[in-house]
Amino acid sequence: MALRRFDLEAGGDSFAFKPETEPTIAFWLGKYPQDKKRSAVIPMLWLAQKDNEGWLSEPAMREVADRLEMPYIRVYEVATFYTMFRLQPVGKHHIQLCGTTPCMLRGANDLKEVCQKNIGKPMSVTDDGRLSWEEVECLGACANAPMVQINDYYYEDLTPESLTEILAKLQNGAEVKPGTFVDRLNSAPEGGATTLLEGDLYDGSRNAVSELPNLPKDAPAEPEPAPAPEKKTTLIKDSKPAPKAEDKPEMVEVAVGEEDDLKRIKGIGPVNEKALNELGIYKFSQIAAWTPANVDWVEDFMSFPGRIEREDWIAQAETLAGGEETDFSKRVDAGEVESSKDEGEA
Amino acid sequence: MLQDKDRIFTNLYGAHDPGLEGAKKRGAWHLTREMLAQGPDWLCTQVKESGLRGRGGAGFPTGLKWTFMPKSVGERPHYLVVNADESEPGTCKDREIMRHDPHLLIEGCMVASRAMRAHKCYVYLRGEYIAEREALEKAVKEAYEAKLIGKDNVNGWDFDLYVHHGAGAYICGEETALLESLEGKKGQPRLKPPFPANAGLYGCPTTVNNVESIAVVPTILRRGAQWFAGFGRPNNTGTKLFCISGHVNKPCNVEEEMSITFKDLIDTHCGGIRGGWDNLKAVIPGGSSVPMVPAEQIMDAHMDFDTLRDLQSGLGTAAVIVMDKSTDLIQAIARIAYFYKHESCGQCTPCREGTGWMWRVLEQMVKGDAHHDDIEKLLDVSKQVEGHTICALGDAAAWPVQGLIRHFRHEIEDRITQYRAPRALVQGHTVAAE
Repeated sequence: MALRRFDLEAGGDSFAFKPETEPTIAFWLGKYPQDKKRSAVIPMLWLAQKDNEGWLSEPAMREVADRLEMPYIRVYEVATFYTMFRLQPVGKHHIQLCGTTPCMLRGANDLKEVCQKNIGKPMSVTDDGRLSWEEVECLGACANAPMVQINDYYYEDLTPESLTEILAKLQNGAEVKPGTFVDRLNSAPEGGATTLLEGDLYDGSRNAVSELPNLPKDAPAEPEPAPAPEKKTTLIKDSKPAPKAEDKPEMVEVAVGEEDDLKRIKGIGPVNEKALNELGIYKFSQIAAWTPANVDWVEDFMSFPGRIEREDWIAQAETLAGGEETDFSKRVDAGEVESSKDEGEA
Repeated sequence: MLQDKDRIFTNLYGAHDPGLEGAKKRGAWHLTREMLAQGPDWLCTQVKESGLRGRGGAGFPTGLKWTFMPKSVGERPHYLVVNADESEPGTCKDREIMRHDPHLLIEGCMVASRAMRAHKCYVYLRGEYIAEREALEKAVKEAYEAKLIGKDNVNGWDFDLYVHHGAGAYICGEETALLESLEGKKGQPRLKPPFPANAGLYGCPTTVNNVESIAVVPTILRRGAQWFAGFGRPNNTGTKLFCISGHVNKPCNVEEEMSITFKDLIDTHCGGIRGGWDNLKAVIPGGSSVPMVPAEQIMDAHMDFDTLRDLQSGLGTAAVIVMDKSTDLIQAIARIAYFYKHESCGQCTPCREGTGWMWRVLEQMVKGDAHHDDIEKLLDVSKQVEGHTICALGDAAAWPVQGLIRHFRHEIEDRITQYRAPRALVQGHTVAAE
């Protein structure tokens, strides 16, 4: 992460928004719910930076915090987290040079040299106060690489020569029009587009269709049904009559060593196995033979409504009782399932 | 190959009027009221049937995502948030929509909001897109003035759209970080669950969609789900904006059919590879976070989600970064590693520490000043970052490194051997040759 700190001294003691910025501030504040003013912190800091010669001083952060009724620390956090907030003075024209791979592949490193040579170290300001530069991460104009952003706008498809020229013009106080610096229209291929050449795209003929396709046959259900009253969540076992005692599955007795490893069923771990053993259930074949009433009884006894059906214990038991394997039992046998190991083994 | 008549973004290059009049002539805002009148179920079903998968990188079915929103509005309002924080290196498509075809986006926002019973929508632009924000704000103003949106508008669904912006943080493209940022905080991703559809912006049900996913919807509804589903291969349907950068003769953005082969895409629109096809070395097919694919595997590959996944890469945002044989691939990936180091939000330790570590080791490898076992160690660290963080930035940082080692390990080895050859090795320590 980028570690960024600000200088408490450099910004003086006070900051005030310019009067002409006030309508813009009101415009931004109007975008968020009354009690969520804080949402405007990034746009407000950005406006403050604009009114403070392109960088954000600590008094400016406090001014924004006061207006949004935020603790200062919350604004400091935002100002240091987002890299477009500059925490030290910059030149009148601040150049952000994209150095990420797509621009690097097209020659951004050569542009860096131009900036080094004509301006100096990153974030240093020229003596006349006109220029400063820094390398930034991808600016999202990769089809027009390499490129820089000067103050607000993008200058694209640059070469060391064209950038040198731009810098010279800015230093002499001239304006430079943003956009591409080669023969192309925005992000169309150089020399002319390969698509969007047919005139009838632009003569309004797309609006000839008068009905939407795929409309339902019946009249549309325009008025949305009134929201249903909130459903009370009820546990399944509440909605069913309590299971009867005669639904308890039958017990069997097996000799020691004859019992099946019930943990090979997905959903049965050591705890559930013990509970089942206490009910007298030791064999896959017993589980496979459970009736729906038995299932309800066992779920109620073990207090996990719906789980036996969801995990499909019965089908698993049938497979295993027939001497076949399930995907899960294979993993248990291979020792890959921690929760199916006996405590001693774990 | 897609024909002009089937392109959705007919003003991609800004050759025509981006304003309301021009947009209407190109088909925007036509039959919008009729779409909205059909209600959420019809809208979601149509989008599902079109096979539209999210255009922001993950490729999750858009129509399905919309159905995750609560079926009725309770005390908390619903929100649509459009992710226009386009920051994935290589990607520059949403920018063209916002500055040249903004009305398609605004109309899409309204239709999508209807589908998820939302009356309010925020579009979160990255802070650097100032020209794009100005263009979009202008279009929003036009739409309000023409009563297309707002209270009691002609389309019959109360709808407010607000443009918001960030200030230079890649992580805010992650949906929960974006919501944090929109709430006026540092952009640090939230733990999920709860998912935004339950508790998103201001704790209210929220869906976050990419600009392109939203902007294609009105045209899909006007021309029919089958029309859109007719392009591309099954499960990878529709038209798609591709951003081609790097070593091609003419880098550009272009709308093409999904599943077009790489070779067709480059030959038709980009004037071929710089120095010819024999000069192609590797391609990053979906933005910096997907692993690279070597030339021989990518040439005839279909540019879609499933094919590229099978090549152990991904379509991502369809930002195709082409690298020819002059490229120092280790340097290219080291620069990407620096990007992730710079953009990690610092919340999870594996990512905060791992991204910096991977970058430093890669910079050593660029020089060759490393040990052969460092390659294995780097791979191991990348696996410890991947999957061990709250959001996917950790994965995104690990994958390019893994891609480099998977396909071009020999280059790193050669670099190290070359560097070591003139330097004597004494008990595990290098001593300067002098």
